[in-house]
Amino acid sequence: MKNICRISSFQSLGTVDGPGVRAVVFMQGCPLRCNCCHNPETWDFNGGQEITAQELFDKIIRCKSYFGKNGGVTFSGGEPLMQSDFLLYFIPLLKVEGIHVAIDTSGCILNESAKKVLELCDLVLLDYKYTNDSDYLNYTGMNLSTVDLFLNYLENIKKPTWIRQVLIPGINDDEQSVIKLFELEKKYSSIQKTELLPFRKLCLEKYKELNVPFPFAHIREATSEDVERCKKIASIK
Amino acid sequence: MNNAWLGFKEGKWTQSVDVRDFIQLNYHPYEDDGSFLCGPTDRTNDLMDKFRALQKKEQENGGVLDIDVDTVSSLCSYAPGYLDKENEIIVGFQTDEPLKRGVNPFGGIRMARTSCEAYGYKLSDNVENAFKFRTTHNDGVFRVYTDEMKAARHCALLTGLPDAYGRGRIIGDYRRIALYGIDFLINEKKKDKAELGKNFMSADNIRLTEEVAQQINFLNLMKEMAKMYGFDISQPAKNAKEAVQWTYFGYLAANKEQNGAAMSFGRTSTFFDIYIERDLKNGTLTETEAQEIIDDLVIKLRMARHLRTPEYNELFGGDPMWITESIGGMGEDNRTLVTKTSFRILNTLRNLGPAPEPNLTVLWSERLPEAFKAFCAEISIDTDSIQYENDDIMRPSYGDDYAIACCVSAMMVGKQMQFFGARTNLAKLLLLAINGGTDNVFGTKIGPQMGPIKGEVLNYDEVNERFHIYLEWLAALYVNTMNCIHYMHDKYAYEKSQMALHDTNVERLMAFGVAGLSVAADSLSAIKYATVKPVRNEEGIIVDFITEGEFPKFGNDDDRVDMIAHDLLHDVSEELKKTPTYRNAVHTLSALTITSNVMYGKKTGSTPDGRKAGEPFAPGANPMHNREENGAIASLNSVSKLSYLDARDGISNTFSIVPDALGKTKQEQIDNLVAIMGGYFGNCAHHLNVNVMNRELLMKAYEHPEDYPNLTIRVSGYAVNFCKLSREQQREVISRTFHESF
Repeated sequence: MKNICRISSFQSLGTVDGPGVRAVVFMQGCPLRCNCCHNPETWDFNGGQEITAQELFDKIIRCKSYFGKNGGVTFSGGEPLMQSDFLLYFIPLLKVEGIHVAIDTSGCILNESAKKVLELCDLVLLDYKYTNDSDYLNYTGMNLSTVDLFLNYLENIKKPTWIRQVLIPGINDDEQSVIKLFELEKKYSSIQKTELLPFRKLCLEKYKELNVPFPFAHIREATSEDVERCKKIASIK
Repeated sequence: MNNAWLGFKEGKWTQSVDVRDFIQLNYHPYEDDGSFLCGPTDRTNDLMDKFRALQKKEQENGGVLDIDVDTVSSLCSYAPGYLDKENEIIVGFQTDEPLKRGVNPFGGIRMARTSCEAYGYKLSDNVENAFKFRTTHNDGVFRVYTDEMKAARHCALLTGLPDAYGRGRIIGDYRRIALYGIDFLINEKKKDKAELGKNFMSADNIRLTEEVAQQINFLNLMKEMAKMYGFDISQPAKNAKEAVQWTYFGYLAANKEQNGAAMSFGRTSTFFDIYIERDLKNGTLTETEAQEIIDDLVIKLRMARHLRTPEYNELFGGDPMWITESIGGMGEDNRTLVTKTSFRILNTLRNLGPAPEPNLTVLWSERLPEAFKAFCAEISIDTDSIQYENDDIMRPSYGDDYAIACCVSAMMVGKQMQFFGARTNLAKLLLLAINGGTDNVFGTKIGPQMGPIKGEVLNYDEVNERFHIYLEWLAALYVNTMNCIHYMHDKYAYEKSQMALHDTNVERLMAFGVAGLSVAADSLSAIKYATVKPVRNEEGIIVDFITEGEFPKFGNDDDRVDMIAHDLLHDVSEELKKTPTYRNAVHTLSALTITSNVMYGKKTGSTPDGRKAGEPFAPGANPMHNREENGAIASLNSVSKLSYLDARDGISNTFSIVPDALGKTKQEQIDNLVAIMGGYFGNCAHHLNVNVMNRELLMKAYEHPEDYPNLTIRVSGYAVNFCKLSREQQREVISRTFHESF
């Protein structure tokens, strides 16, 4: 276990990554290079800043009074499970305070410490980016089967899970893809909710700053109508 | 017991004036939701159409529909005015026609003259002549101002001083007219006057005796004014409609007599609720009719107007009146003061559409009914027209029958009044200290003459020590300036109507203010934690700064700078208390700028925090724009560290968030906004303006104001129609930090 970690940033008010008002810790470092990635500044394992457990704990405690009935902390990233050694040390400190903890993960890693983190947390937000093998491999560099294995594990430990997908026009917003995504809910009892997040290009500036091309720059942003249309498909089937 | 009081529970209030006692004994707390509410009737919609048409004409006319240049505004100087005589439920306008403005030269004849001229009118000779041999408040003040006071005013170290118009911020307890009728009130005042006559006739006693005599005169004038509209208000109101009408007449009288900067309404909705409940129970009123009465009152309040100069508008944008109505809160016995009429008055934002006035202010308590919290949050998200203030930290000082004047100034209704003190510019004071007594924008030499600080790099201890030398000097000057202003206001423009609706022995608060708090705090932080090199002009005056390296900035929940801001406010408060006030008023302090943060910035040179000369300050106690790196809660936490004990006149914070960042569904947004306010106020923060909107919407309104005539936003302490702001003020609002999703 480690009492120090690397974070990219700390956002004291998050309301879109898990239930209620949440502090969101963007952990630094990710092994994937997804084409749709919104946070390229979190990729580099040596980037960001080091922060001690005490410092991070103090920041979170300062937000606690805003959490209300169902808020808490979400560890996002980057890939938080790449720093499981830290989370194993840290999450129990939050649990003592009665703080709800969510992990926002790509499901790309399932080693022993990651498994322990998943057991400790209250909720997993699992990015389920595509519903077929070739897209998964092409656009993320990882296999669909890896995510499915991860989901199986969550099912085994009965961990409340939200499936989240960035809805990318022309890539994963077709009927077949949407139906497949929402079918997961039927297969896995641990899934409480499936969320579609509209694809946005607010990250363009970040890519420019890093001097890295944004592979999905040519794709249009998804609108709330796109999301509604797909939700409708899901509700009919 | 008086017949009008049938059905009410008797108590102390039946013997002498005690509105709070009446409320406590008779009101019905309401813990449920807003599902009982009614929409607008056809009558209400028709009336609103007529009002909107006039409003449109007013805009097309350059902001003023018409001015009566021949009459001096007073209670009975105009014939009755109507919007639609047959269909109005509550009646009364300031002049004989809706939206027509009267002239009020008691504050200063020049101000009245230039306001007329600004809109293409000429003040009539008979008004000019009438004031030729009359001393106005403004004349009096300038007779006694010292050269130093004038210099501080000239270089905008002290700004927005109420020395040429009504000081405002006084809330008459207009409810007293409804509960007691004027004759009872006159009788009580006569008794007070007789008591005063038993005292040694000191200057203070003579002044107060004369004031009470004037109050009695104006109570009689109120009766006359109401009679012109066909009502006899000598006796108590007999039903809900009369209760609202009687109360409104009191407010109308005040508005005809005074053109105070802020003419607030008080805390009336729960008082009205008692009458409405009685009528509903008697079967003489329906819910639709109850809502109509409240809708009609609010239409009247939305139609209040004062005539201002363009310079005034530059300071306080959007033609504001600050008709603040305080809603909700908790009682000292732990029952909530939320009633159905708290819902009804907020419901006017739906029935009549969003609008800046009246300035609806929810007194927030952790213990407010959850359904009411959610209702308020929903209306906030839909209309951006509500502000919130922390009842839990005000109640210990002001009890449970206080109201907010203007934006954030609490006072016990009818028992306390305020001497409005505008504000001083802390960022400018810091620059004055660094330059040792020369204002680097106006070149004015003022204060202790120490000469500019020497050396290549600014040293924190040296700057801080100097700052405190100048603060000590300024605080004394500021209090003395206020003393002159309020002595003269009492002498030449005393608020007879409003003070008639106060206890004779009233407690006075003198409300000082600061602007540029976050700029000053960040500047001191830059000097302490980064390297700040002064840039001097040919004369050696420091006119700019080169700031190298990182420094903590207010708004990130970082104690290193947050405590600088906290201490600044504390030190200002303590320094002010060292100089005695006129009429032994209690010193209070606010961090509030309204829209004047733009003007203050314009008149202030570059600051060590990296803000360039002329750039706007953040409003009120807000962190500077775009310096927050940890999100909204960190920003709220920074502001909540400022102590209400140091700034008992209020700490204003404006919070703007895009809807997406508040949650995905409406229900989530409501829950999250309630949670955020719970956290913020739980930290003992004082005030929050809530805007839930997209920056793009404001950009569109900036480009095409004609498409957004009713776009209401909250700025420091009050709501404003966006399109009525100056272009400069609009740009400043757009540049403010919007908390966005990521």
